[in-house]
This record gives sequence, C-alpha cells and structure tokens, in this order.
Amino acid sequence: MDKVLEMHAITKQFPRVLANDQVDFDLEYGEIHALVGENGSGKSTLMNILYGLYQQDAGEIVVRGRPVQINEPRVAIDLKIGMVFQHFMLVEPLTVAENIVLGAELKKGLFFDSKRAVQEVENLSRQYGLTIDPRAKIADLSVGLQQRVEILKALYRGAEILILDEPTAVLTPQEVEDLFKVLRTLKAKGTSIVFITHKIKEVLALSDRVSVLRRGRKVGTKATAETDEQNLAEMMVGRVVLFNVDKKPAQPGPEVLRMEQLTVEDQFGQVKVDQVDLSVRKGEVLGIAGVEGNGQSELVEAIAGLRKAASGRIFLGDREITNSSPLKVREAGFGYVPEDRHRRGLVLDYTVADNLILGIHGKKPFVKGCMIRDDQAVYENAEQIIEQYDIRPPVAKQLARSLSGGNQQKIVVGREFTQNPDLLICAQPTRGVDVGAIEFIHQQVIAQRDQGAAVLLVSAELDEILSLSDRVAVMYNGKIVSVMSADEVTEHKLGFLMLGGRLEDYGANEVNGHAK
Amino acid sequence: MLSRAKAIRWQEIVTPLAAVVLALIIGSGFILFVGENPLTAYRILFVESFGSIRNLATTLQRATPLMFTGLAVAFAYRAGLFNIGAEGQVYMGAFAAAWVGFTFTGLPRFIHLPLAILAGMAGGAIWGSIPGYLKAKLGIHEVINAIMLNFIALYLTDWLATGPFHGGSWVPETARISPSAALTRLYPPTRLSGGIFLALAAAVVAYFILWKTRQGYELRAVGLNPQAAEYGGINVAKNTVIAMAVAGAIAGLAGTEQILGLHNRFIVRFSADLGFMGIAVALLGKNHPVGVLFAAILFGALQTGSAAMDRLTSVPRELITIIQALIIFFVAAEYLIRRILRMREEA
Repeated sequence: MDKVLEMHAITKQFPRVLANDQVDFDLEYGEIHALVGENGSGKSTLMNILYGLYQQDAGEIVVRGRPVQINEPRVAIDLKIGMVFQHFMLVEPLTVAENIVLGAELKKGLFFDSKRAVQEVENLSRQYGLTIDPRAKIADLSVGLQQRVEILKALYRGAEILILDEPTAVLTPQEVEDLFKVLRTLKAKGTSIVFITHKIKEVLALSDRVSVLRRGRKVGTKATAETDEQNLAEMMVGRVVLFNVDKKPAQPGPEVLRMEQLTVEDQFGQVKVDQVDLSVRKGEVLGIAGVEGNGQSELVEAIAGLRKAASGRIFLGDREITNSSPLKVREAGFGYVPEDRHRRGLVLDYTVADNLILGIHGKKPFVKGCMIRDDQAVYENAEQIIEQYDIRPPVAKQLARSLSGGNQQKIVVGREFTQNPDLLICAQPTRGVDVGAIEFIHQQVIAQRDQGAAVLLVSAELDEILSLSDRVAVMYNGKIVSVMSADEVTEHKLGFLMLGGRLEDYGANEVNGHAK
Repeated sequence: MLSRAKAIRWQEIVTPLAAVVLALIIGSGFILFVGENPLTAYRILFVESFGSIRNLATTLQRATPLMFTGLAVAFAYRAGLFNIGAEGQVYMGAFAAAWVGFTFTGLPRFIHLPLAILAGMAGGAIWGSIPGYLKAKLGIHEVINAIMLNFIALYLTDWLATGPFHGGSWVPETARISPSAALTRLYPPTRLSGGIFLALAAAVVAYFILWKTRQGYELRAVGLNPQAAEYGGINVAKNTVIAMAVAGAIAGLAGTEQILGLHNRFIVRFSADLGFMGIAVALLGKNHPVGVLFAAILFGALQTGSAAMDRLTSVPRELITIIQALIIFFVAAEYLIRRILRMREEA
C-alpha cells in the first residue's frame, strides 16, 4: 500500500539528550499506527518534528511522495497534518463553533459570521459522526468532549493525517471507548492516524500497526495482530516485564483506618460521600474500585484533612482524626500519594530535593534548632531516595517540572513510602506512568503492605485493583456498594458493580456462593 | 540538565539588563528629539551618579528607601502575594518611628534608636498583616484591601501630623525627633545615612528567611503551589499573614529610614510613591533580594543623574521617568526581549 507519510533517519539532539536517533517511521493511507514507548523515549519529539514544533537535526520527511521541510505548524497544516495535544489548546469561554473556526473565522462584512460557523461545524460533525453541540461553551464540556473539539478543529483545517499525543491519559474508561469509536470512524473515512500512547492494551485494541521507541531509537514496527502484551512490553522496556505482582497472601492485623458514617460534601453542598463505613487493617491492601467522580477523591481528601467531613468520624489507629489539619493527620502516621501529582503532590518549581521533603520539611534532620534548614540533610535524603527509587535523571538540584511524568510520580511515591507510614493512601498511583515504572510502583506498594502498612488503594484501572488488592470495595454514587475479598472478585463483576449494578442482580450463576 | 538550570539563572540576569539597555536606546531617541547628543546626556547621567564618592553616596541615599520597598514587594511575591500596599506601610512605619523619636526624649541613643526602628517595623508589619489576615480568613484579594489601606494610611498620617502631633510651625509636619533617635550621616554633606546598612541587612535577612529556613520553604511553597503546600501540611493562611507582616515590616523600615536618616521629623506625604516604586524595583530585580539591591541602585542613580542632566543640558528630567517606565515595560515584556535576543526556550 502507498505511504501517506515517511520519516527517514530522523535525529534530534537536545542539550544532553539524544531525543531521536535515526528514527524511521511511516504511515499508510487509512491506518491507525500506534507509536509507543516509555516516557522520555522520544515519541512526542518525533511527532513534534512532524508538526513543525521542532526541527530535526538530520533526516528527511516525505509526505505523499514529496520531500518536505516543515519548519512551523503552519506548513504542517497546509500539508493536511493535524495534531491533538495532551493539554488542550481551547479558549474556555468561547463556544465549540468559535473554537473550531478560530484563526480561520468566517466573516460577514466586518463581523464574525457565527451562524455560518455553527452550520459548518454541524456539517462537519455529521460528516464524521462526531456528535457535539456547536453552541456549547468549552468550559461546560467534559474532558472527553473537549478532546472531540480538538479533533474537529484539526479536521476543519482539512487534516488527513491526525496525530494524537497520549489522548487517553486524561480520559475516563468510558470516554476512551468513545474516542476509539471516533477514531475507527475516521479511519473508515480514510484519515490516517498516529496514536501516541504507553498503554499496551490500547495499542492492541485499536491499532493496525505499532512502532516501539526506546531511549530515542526505534526498536521495531510490527503488525498489531502479530504481537501481544508481553512482547510489546518487552520491546518497550528492554527486558521481561512482570504483569502479575508477585505477592504472598496478606497477614492482616488490627484495624488502622476506620470510617464511621462518613459523609462529605463538595463546595456546592452536594453529598459526594454518603455515610460510608469502611476500615483498612494493618498489612492489607484495600482497593476502592469505581468510575471516577463517584466520591473516591472526596473520601480520600477527607481522610487527609484536605476537605471537611460534613458528618461521621474517622479514626487512625486509636486517634480520631476527623477534620484534623493535614499536618496533624500526617503526624498520626499517614502517607499519601495524591491522584494529581501536579496539583497536589509536587511543587513543580521546587527542586527534586525540596520536593522530597514536602510534608516532613519541619522535622529532624531537615531543620537544625527550630527554624534553620539543613541543606546537607536535605540533599542526603534526596540522594538516597533518588537511588532507591531510580529517579531519572539522578540530579537532586533539578526542578521537578523538568522530569517525565513517571519520574515525577517516583518522587511522590519515594517521599511518602520511605516514611513508612501506618496508613498509606495511594490514589491513582500509576496514572500517566510508563510500564516499567508501574511494575516498580506496584512492587513497592506490596512491600509496604508486607512491612505492616495499611494500604488504601484508589484506582480507576481495574487491572491495578485486581492485581494489588486483598479486599476490594466498590464505590458508586458516594456509597460503598460492596466489599469483597480478592478471590471473590472478577473483572466482569467489578465492572457491573461500578456502573451501579446491584450484587443481588448479578448473573445468578456467578453470584451463587459469593453473594453476601 | 545542570546547564539548563544555569541557562535559566543566566536568563534571569540577562533580561533585566537587556530591558535597561533597550530603554536607554529608546530614550536616546527622545534626547535626539530635543536636539541633544544622547551620548553626552548619558555621560552626564553616569558621571553625576557614579563619578565620584560624593555622587555615589547621593545615589545610594536615593536607593536606600527603594531597597526596602523593593524587598517588601519581592518578599510577598515569593509567597504568591502582590503587596501593592507598601506605600501605606511606609507611612505607618514612618509615623511610628517619628512618634517614638519625638516622644521618648531623654533616652540614651543605644536604646532610643533601636526602639524607633522597631516601632517603624511594627507599624509597617501591622499595616501589612491586615490585608494578609483578610485574605487568609475571608479570601478577600490582598490587592483591593492594600490599596484601600494605602489611602487610610495616607489620610490618617495627614491628620496625625497636622492635628494631634502637629509640630507647631506653619508647615504640615510633626516636631523634630530627638537626636538620640537619628541615624548617623555617613558622608556629609551628602545625606546618606546609616540606613543603607539596615537595607543591606534586610536583604540578607530576607534571603536567609526565604532560602535557608523552614519558614521560607513554607512561604515559597505557598507561593508556587498553595494546594501542594496544603497537602504537605503547610498552613496556607498562617503563611499568608506572616508573608504580609514581614513585607510590611520591611516597607515600614523604608519610612523609618526616611524619617530617622533624612527628614528627622514626619512630613505629610513625604514618601511620594516610594512604595509604588518598590513594585518596579522588585520587578526589575526579579523578586530576588540581590537583584532588588541592584535595581534600587539603578533607580537611585537615574534620579541622582537626572537633576544634573536637567541642569547641564536641555534634556528635561522627566526623560528619566520615561526611561524608568520603559525599563518596566521591557521587563514586563520579557517574552519580547527573549525573541529579540533569540534566546529560544526549550519546550
């Protein structure tokens, strides 16, 4: 088949990093080509070169058989190349239609012709089967729909080659399904798609071919049908990856965390956590499964002291910590990997070393006397965690902002885990983290459990819940609808409960002997 | 990766310098417009501000209050707060220092002078902590309250100095402070006072607090990411009040220095925008104590030199105000300068 795009021996050197080293890549008409690799392997760099955001130092780009120089995005757009970034570039107060035509506004005399803009967007969305309300404001749309607007924006500019940079990182599982449907439709209409991801399941579910990058070099390109999960993971990481965490049966001890009739409201006074009774014991992992937005975040924040409980009580050990300050909760023996490392877990403009003492910055040995900071202790702590948790690059004085997502997460995990807390909450601990780091973080979670921590794991990834938990609680609409031991749980059953199904209604055969 | 950190630090220095150079280049257009040679005018400007020890002393004397107010703005900025209230803090600090100066006469100098300085700091600190407290407790933006408090400070001290504490002469000012509360003049006949050492000390202390103490770690964390700070057990509200109180104390020192070192009494509306100039100084100094010192000296030099330029050429002294404005413009338009310097940011 003809190639719509060929990239030959692309090389790009950044200060101190060879981001792309003689990478070949090609794209056929009407195919979905997955581009995978761990964070920092050079996938985004390669596509940013294609879109004209970077210039390659060496190598050639051929589009539809003609060699081209793409030195700015304008040129890429003229070549009918469109790119959807992980972080959207939308004007929030404007409508869908206004955003889509932005930069190519239709005019009626001196004025913007909003009626025609709406009409054109409607036509476009009908043509590609991408349902959207052109008059809705961006700020009112879900993340999934905002992404759809980005895709429409590219299509409006005539894109026949569509690049999506880790499009699923920000989506819920349902939204991922919707996105895949959209991409399959686009493919059927002849659009060629480059799909950047580091999630192997998505590659297998969606793509026709897959190319793997590792440390700036291409490891290989394969037809998706001829590969599998294990094989791809090995190509990405360069060694055998264990998907199933090796763990011994839990040795649960006494209760460490206990919630009694806990109710939490959001800032608008809406009940998000509804009279939850739940406890976690020493030496076990309790997984909370649930579609995001069912109260998990609020539950965790209430325990952490970051959100007030409307009613009910929380105990950590024999201390009551209901509505305590975050500092008090920490002092009671609490470690916490928050779901959003950028918003909560890190001060991105602090160095790695400074981030590694957040929360313990007021304790010995990091302060001398009562106030003076001990730089030496701060750096010793950093060197130790950097080595133990393999944070790369291993430079304590570097800003956290300049690290990849996986390494940023290792900062948070390393900091919280090395304090050996009695209660450890891990909320989405491997979100946006690459395969190798996921394996590592999972092993550390189990290690914490085996050392006697009570672990509360909140995750939207069913695999994660299933492979780590000793008990699984399902949260739906603010309530804990079921608590099961790990051996009673199947993925199918969890999915059913997470969507609001009741255990009593679960397929009669499967329920036999399991229902409580 | 270290090279990247260095490149960033390098940029922090290059952009303000480039802003100054660009402002002078554009300023030379104005000088040409009034029919003078820009090189001559700038030479006079430079010689008059740095050409002799005496000129340098005058420059430093003008720079001293700006060092304080620049630090006051920069310190709050590091904690994520915009201290537009330095002007009011200057007045409150100044009046408090003057009051101690003319009230407690008869004290020995080694008690009276420190007492007056402490009073000045306290006056500024209280005034600064009000918007800090209102922000921390009620979430009211500090800028609104600080602006309002500027007016209150201005009119309150107007009234105090012309009413209950009027000095008795026909001018709107208080009585003179006792000599035991006055700062030493370092290089008469210039009016450079020992306040310059207070300013340098304030810069050192500000730097030390911000980067070498637990408190500073918390303040900067709150400034950079309040949500992460909260997660890390840092009390955001408390740090907001502390940051504004410290900033206010430093601004109060500007007023203190002006009273104890220069005017030796409280004169109604003596400040003439020292607090607002502090915003410009902090901006140019990149909100770093060392940068603030240099920026204040530059602004002091421009003021010192402008008088001579006005006297010796037909360039009006208002040109200097234009140049100051242009400097601020170019610092604020950092992106533009980076483009001009072709310093490409690595995404």
